[in-house]
Amino acid sequence: MVHISKEQLTLQVLNSDDIVWIRQSVREWSKEMGLGLVSQTKLVTAASELARNMVDYANGGTVQFNTIEKNGRQGLQLIFEDQGPGIPDIELAIKDGFSTSSGLGMGLSGSKRLVNEFEITSKLGEGTRVTILMWI
Amino acid sequence: MSQSKPLTPKLTIESIPILKMGDFLLVTIQVDMHDRLSLTLQDDLASAISKTNARGVLIDISAMDIVDSFTARVLANIASLSRLLDAQTVLVGMQPAVAITLVEFGLTMEGVRTALNVEKGINLLRDSLG
Repeated sequence: MVHISKEQLTLQVLNSDDIVWIRQSVREWSKEMGLGLVSQTKLVTAASELARNMVDYANGGTVQFNTIEKNGRQGLQLIFEDQGPGIPDIELAIKDGFSTSSGLGMGLSGSKRLVNEFEITSKLGEGTRVTILMWI
Repeated sequence: MSQSKPLTPKLTIESIPILKMGDFLLVTIQVDMHDRLSLTLQDDLASAISKTNARGVLIDISAMDIVDSFTARVLANIASLSRLLDAQTVLVGMQPAVAITLVEFGLTMEGVRTALNVEKGINLLRDSLG
């Protein structure tokens, strides 16, 4: 059973200053929740990449912070949602080295490697939703 | 946690100081850099190198608790452009958690030299400049 706690927070990401804000918020939150230092750094880095994707490709979006409990284990979940153009080929997008813009082409695939769980859904013309999770 | 109140207040700094130490320039990054700030640092350093004829650049990142792909790219660019301006760049003081994250992410920052602290960075520059 997955239980999502009532402690939810949603932040808007519209520009590069907001990316800093997301990083700092994820850092504080994961520290408060007792995540180890290396895992904190990985989660913050993944959050920074995914927030930047929304700013660069989708004119911004939202980040939702959720605390999850599963089989007595706690996890930190972040959901990145935008109403951008969507990704035509997700398989290709999460392949190493793929990029349509000026990035290093590893934002999605790199972020996927940094977290315990990674899920992406996207609809052309409607938007993209990336969910990442780090177990404590 | 309420919907409207941010966890951390927004703080905006517009430039990072560049200190001259003999033949070298020292930059200590103490803040979480927004993208514009990274690019400003890149431009400021290029002008500072040519203005001061600096032979080496030390970038102290010991206070940075995260380096994402954008920041990594800017740091690598700084290393490349200083090389074109006849100066060497050494990145000093990377936190272990940041190093682990960069490697797992897939960013190895090839071509960028590193040292554990400023003192070792200065020695590295002195040795390589002869």
